[in-house]
Amino acid sequence: MAALALPMRRHSVLPGFGLALGFALLYLAFIVLIPLSAAFLKTFTISWDAFWNAVTAPRVLASYKLTFGASFLAALINGVFGLLIAWVLVRYPFPGKRLVDALVDLPFALPTAVAGIALTALYAQNGWIGRFLPFKVSFTPLGVLVALTFIGLPFVVRTVQPVLEDLQKELEEAAATLGASRWQTFTLVIFPALMPALLTGFTLAFARALGEYGSVIFIAGNMPMVSEITSLLIITKLEQYDYTGATAIAVVMLVTAFVLLLLINLLQAWARRRQGR
Amino acid sequence: MSALPSDIVIVRAAPPSSFDEDAPATAPPAAPTRIPAAVGEPAWARRLLITAAMLFLSMFLFVPLVAVFVQAFAKGIGVYWAALVDADALSALKLTLIAAIIAVPLNLVFGVAAAWAIAKFDFRGKNILLTLIDLPFSVSPVIAGLIYVLIFGLQGWFGEWLRDHDLKIIFAVPGIVLATIFVTFPFIARELIPLMQAQGEEQEEAARVLGASGVQILWRVTLPNVKWALLYGVILCNARAMGEFGAVSVVSGHVRGVTNTLPLHIEILYNEYQFAAAFAVASLLAALALVTLVLKYMLERRVKASLEKGASE
Repeated sequence: MAALALPMRRHSVLPGFGLALGFALLYLAFIVLIPLSAAFLKTFTISWDAFWNAVTAPRVLASYKLTFGASFLAALINGVFGLLIAWVLVRYPFPGKRLVDALVDLPFALPTAVAGIALTALYAQNGWIGRFLPFKVSFTPLGVLVALTFIGLPFVVRTVQPVLEDLQKELEEAAATLGASRWQTFTLVIFPALMPALLTGFTLAFARALGEYGSVIFIAGNMPMVSEITSLLIITKLEQYDYTGATAIAVVMLVTAFVLLLLINLLQAWARRRQGR
Repeated sequence: MSALPSDIVIVRAAPPSSFDEDAPATAPPAAPTRIPAAVGEPAWARRLLITAAMLFLSMFLFVPLVAVFVQAFAKGIGVYWAALVDADALSALKLTLIAAIIAVPLNLVFGVAAAWAIAKFDFRGKNILLTLIDLPFSVSPVIAGLIYVLIFGLQGWFGEWLRDHDLKIIFAVPGIVLATIFVTFPFIARELIPLMQAQGEEQEEAARVLGASGVQILWRVTLPNVKWALLYGVILCNARAMGEFGAVSVVSGHVRGVTNTLPLHIEILYNEYQFAAAFAVASLLAALALVTLVLKYMLERRVKASLEKGASE
């Protein structure tokens, strides 16, 4: 890292560069980089075959299917309703709007364990919401979807909202003047402008859902092969002192998360270019 | 998945909206709004969209939030109070506070140092550094706990050495603090960096030319300029530090009264079917979340204003 961070600028009159950067790099290395590399180094101690078997065992595959599937669906639901909520918050006046706007961030602020027990109680068969539903939600894969929808809710709203606020009214007026219907204006003018932000929000919600643990374990029921998410499987393996097995699965999830991080950065760069135009 | 299309397609059948602008008197009286009709939706469509949004938010946000407090008092104020002053609950509260009191200041110092280096100086690898700072946000909490087990756990790199020296990190307080630091790592840095970048270094350079020392510049120029963003970052960092569950769960070992934080205490109570007690403790954390949201809301505009001011200077 130190080699990458050599100063290469004209001399600055400000002091403290070496100290500040040195401390930041040291802290970053000790808290984040060295511990994370431990996960990768641990997997090098086992053979490729052992690694492959650990990450493709049927129970593990079932957990990927649930985790990725529910995360994708939850992000999709948040894509649709996040866009709707952002639209309503930006475009329409209604009583209590500022309160609603502030509460959208609740899933960021509410501890996941609290969200988990609250959602479980509500969506249980005798719960306030669950009793009106014809199917079981708590303690089934559907419960996982509910929890992941909750924790991903703010992402799409908060990425789409500022873009919608900055959208030039003139473009819509021009479209209307040229004879476009409101629906045509939305699909051909507004929606394309929101697309980069929408995709960024979707990917953020998806990435967040993949790693979620706290809210899901209460509501999922945690049945192996059915409603067991990958994060829980990692913990189960740890509790059985199967450290290599746990780490192997963790590395798969880490690599996925890094790929998604890269994708999010690319999407945001794209969004900035679109907005800057 | 197409709640929007069906609502809006019908707008075409509504009275020609472009006429409304010329004759505002004929506009539907139910829609007293500044939005010109040509680029707005009819009142019924607006109401429909608002209702749909509120319905969704109710099912996933409002009702769960209300439920926490209702369930907490379901068995009366006596049970509620007993759950809060229970010895295990108090020791969990203490540990939660300890973790936050250590993690937040450390990440604050890191945030200021990283922002100072990144915003006020140019160096190679700056973008890589920015990405690395955000890295903990994309790591699953469970994995954040796991990596410390791999290093400090009994089978880990330093496991034997720690045992020989009678030191305990995993399944003890230091592990909980470390995991908390990891998951809250980027919060303050990512609020400070964009703001300090937008503000540039002219004011600091002026102070320097006038003879101020580095410490004086930091205390009298830089920190006052970023105080709202700093507070904003601290509040978010603290909320996460006190509420973290997954990472802490892995390294805690769940020893009642010793290595349990409030979120872990909630889990134990819940698994023992002490629902009212679990929700009572949960209501504390939910109240903290609400306070966080209020402060966040109040600070947000100040942070935005100072960002715009910094960018225009």
